[in-house]
Amino acid sequence: MSANAHAHSEDHHEDHGHHHKETFVTKYIFSQDHKMIAKQYLITGLIMGFIGIAMSLLFRMQIAWPGQSFPIFEALLGKWAPDGVMDADIYLALVTIHGTIMVFFVLTAGLSGTFSNLLIPLQIGARDMASGFLNMVSYWLFFTSSIIMVFSLFVEAGPAAAGWTVYPPLSALPMAQSGSGMGMTLWLVSMAIFIASSLLGSLNYIVTVINLRTKGMSMTRLPLTIWAFFVTAIIGVISFPVLFSAALLLIMDRSFGTSFFLSDIFIQGEVLHYQGGSPVLYEHLFWFLGHPEVYIVLLPALGITSEVMSTNARKPIFGYRAMVTSIIAIAFLSTIVWGHHMFISGMNPFLGSVFTFTTLLIAIPSAVKAFNYITTLWKGNLQLNPAMLFSIGLVSTFITGGLTGIILGDSTLDINVHDTYFVVAHFHLVMGISALYGLFAGVYHWFPKMFEGRMLNKNLGFVHFWITVIGAYGVFFPMHFIGMAGLPRRYYTNTAFPYFDDLADVNVVITIFAIITAGAQIVFLYNFIHSMYYGKKGPKNPWNSTTLEWTAEVKHIHGNWDGPLPEVHRWAYDYSKPNSDDTDYMIPGQDFIPQDVPMMENEEELHH
Amino acid sequence: MTAFLTIGVLVLVAIAIWQMTKIFELSQIKKDASQIANDNDNKYNGYLMFAFLVFIYGITIFSFYKYTKILLPKAASAHGADYDNLMLVSFIIIFIVQTITQALLHYFAYKYRGRKGQKALYYADNNKLEIIWTMIPVVVLAGLILWGLYSWVNIMDINDQDDPIVVELYAQQFNWTARYAGEDNVLGEANVRLIDIDNINVLGLDTSDSYASDDVIVKELHLPVGRKVNFKMRSQDVLHSAYMPHFRAQMNCVPGMITQFSYTPIYTTEQMRQDPDVIDKVKRTNTIRAERAQIGAPNSDPWEFDYILLCNKICGKSHYNMQMKIIVETQEEYDAWMAEQKTFAQIVVTN
Repeated sequence: MSANAHAHSEDHHEDHGHHHKETFVTKYIFSQDHKMIAKQYLITGLIMGFIGIAMSLLFRMQIAWPGQSFPIFEALLGKWAPDGVMDADIYLALVTIHGTIMVFFVLTAGLSGTFSNLLIPLQIGARDMASGFLNMVSYWLFFTSSIIMVFSLFVEAGPAAAGWTVYPPLSALPMAQSGSGMGMTLWLVSMAIFIASSLLGSLNYIVTVINLRTKGMSMTRLPLTIWAFFVTAIIGVISFPVLFSAALLLIMDRSFGTSFFLSDIFIQGEVLHYQGGSPVLYEHLFWFLGHPEVYIVLLPALGITSEVMSTNARKPIFGYRAMVTSIIAIAFLSTIVWGHHMFISGMNPFLGSVFTFTTLLIAIPSAVKAFNYITTLWKGNLQLNPAMLFSIGLVSTFITGGLTGIILGDSTLDINVHDTYFVVAHFHLVMGISALYGLFAGVYHWFPKMFEGRMLNKNLGFVHFWITVIGAYGVFFPMHFIGMAGLPRRYYTNTAFPYFDDLADVNVVITIFAIITAGAQIVFLYNFIHSMYYGKKGPKNPWNSTTLEWTAEVKHIHGNWDGPLPEVHRWAYDYSKPNSDDTDYMIPGQDFIPQDVPMMENEEELHH
Repeated sequence: MTAFLTIGVLVLVAIAIWQMTKIFELSQIKKDASQIANDNDNKYNGYLMFAFLVFIYGITIFSFYKYTKILLPKAASAHGADYDNLMLVSFIIIFIVQTITQALLHYFAYKYRGRKGQKALYYADNNKLEIIWTMIPVVVLAGLILWGLYSWVNIMDINDQDDPIVVELYAQQFNWTARYAGEDNVLGEANVRLIDIDNINVLGLDTSDSYASDDVIVKELHLPVGRKVNFKMRSQDVLHSAYMPHFRAQMNCVPGMITQFSYTPIYTTEQMRQDPDVIDKVKRTNTIRAERAQIGAPNSDPWEFDYILLCNKICGKSHYNMQMKIIVETQEEYDAWMAEQKTFAQIVVTN
């Protein structure tokens, strides 16, 4: 019913939310309302996140105390941890599924899925997504793929264990690894469904942003969140189909005897028939998605940060146009840098040169963004709410993690740190932790929007933030050093090399920090669940924000605005705008001007 | 046991934090029911931001102080010095940027923490600033890119100049084999379809290829110092990666194709063992191993430094233990060792 709900005519708005019955099923399960779908994404994403983080704790314990018996291993891993000692196969499986869950299920679906759904209609002034039905299908495909991924943990021969990149031939040959049997089949099926979900979602976001903006909401007046979600959706549409083709060809190789990625293989005493394929081809296809994926994860987090930071600094975001340009530049460059994951894959070294060049170019828009964030803080009036703290934390880890990209993006320097813990430290900081901070910032900031005015407890938020940031640096800072010491990632234990004996205590430090950091997430979990039901209701616009979502009804109604859709008259960042003689704010006593407030007399539209 | 204790302590700490936050939460309710940060929150979090800056610097200094010693010793290959210099310069740049930007970020967060009546500056744009901080990275990165590409082209230029020895590194789950090209310095043709385990033709050499007959197949890699080595990598089953960290060398081994890497070792194993950093590391490691021996733990024999070849691409269950010893020695020692080895023809004939 809301397909044409964006019409501005006032005689339409009566239809929304009032006259049709909602049953439990249509309201909470097969809902077509973007706000409910956003919550579904968030909660599914968070559940997957807790599974993923729990897995990381298990394998971190194994690395810190290799071969030790832990009752918790036996309890959780069963036959994979005889007498409580973790098995090498399940170690690799845990690493693999941790990566898959965190990258795709938490940071792609959980972050982009949640906030694109919640914010796109609300911030552009639309009654709902362009297609509520496709939106619902998108969520349920995501849910199905999550179920299959979790189910794959329980198959007889173990879940997929070839690393989250599932490079063939390891992932293609069940005799190469026990996880490459049924576990890998389910992994591929799950990912194929996930990609379908992601595509439906992305197409919907793109169409909605292009078509359903309310009157006055020109592209240059869009909040940066929307720009980020919009561009993210575009790179998703460009790159996810390529992963689908890789998965499809891998399925063919595995099940139908084709040789896309396989050639000349002798394993377990026999020659296989495969001839003429190349694993390097798979690597190209995988990373053609894999690298844009990093930005699919990161850009929404950066968009959220822009919005949260500007609101809480009570200042316009610095360099709006530069921010938009750098989002687009990053998105464009992200599609032509995938080869930096493959410098030493055996591809032509000349290609390595090209990819080094394009990769280091990405540092430029990234640097612009970082500097703009810092300048946004300068001479602000910072309201250090938990969301703001996480945004500042994001900029911090984005810089720390991003800088080491200069080393990894350089084909020469990559030679010796490739696939070591240096890489692990780099990408966890720059995309894992940064994107998680973006997710947390979004949750703290828009929780009232999701749960009808209820707010998260700020003090628990502070505790959550401070333990998390200290813990995250404690985990990943020392990790750079063991990487530069030459320690490869994905080793079940480092004891096979006496050379690594003196790194053992660094690994213990890292694991202890990891356990503490994970503990802090329990504070968040408690806060989240408790506030969902008992959180205090705040004012309609708790953060004094300019964007349209805070003009929508606090109570969730289908159609978002009870009356006509708001009209937009200005950009989203009129914070602390002084009046013409600089004696007070433009609106006396109020340091922000919502987007739907018309331009005032004597007001200069400085930017748009 | 220590592990249990540690985890026990951590669980207790977690519970303590939980309880403290609850108390904190309860005590806050009366004062201020709002969940929006007030001046007090801004003040404390502002101070904490500053403390966090100190923490970042602290953990950086601590890590460098404590962990510099675990980094790899000096490069043992001819191109390694260039690699290490580029790494050093990149790191210096990174640390300058890191120190400045983190300082600005957290200092601003502290300095401009919200106060009642404080007015934020309406400052939305400045093209000059944007251009400055676009150009700075452009210039710095241009330098790094050019240097990096120059080194890359040199390292990856694998040619037959300077009379290199040709060695095949052959990977399989979960071990390495090396094949020397022999007197003719040409590797014989090989394919997995020719593998004949019963006749000890484990690498699938073409017995009809005359270049193959003098090839030497070994399980320990010996290299003469100062002589360029051209490695040809092959894998028979899944992806592997031949990683020789001390030589700043790594290349994937891909089934179905031959990949290459080349370097010149410049220090013998003996020389490397005399390096102060290595002596230090051996001493440290052996202290750890002696402690382990005392409690009767396995894997605790004293250790001596050797160059290693590791697998650095996930390859299955025993990926973590796929290794080969590399011995760099003088030309004479190498010749003597090589003279003791049997050629492929000899192995196949004798069987």
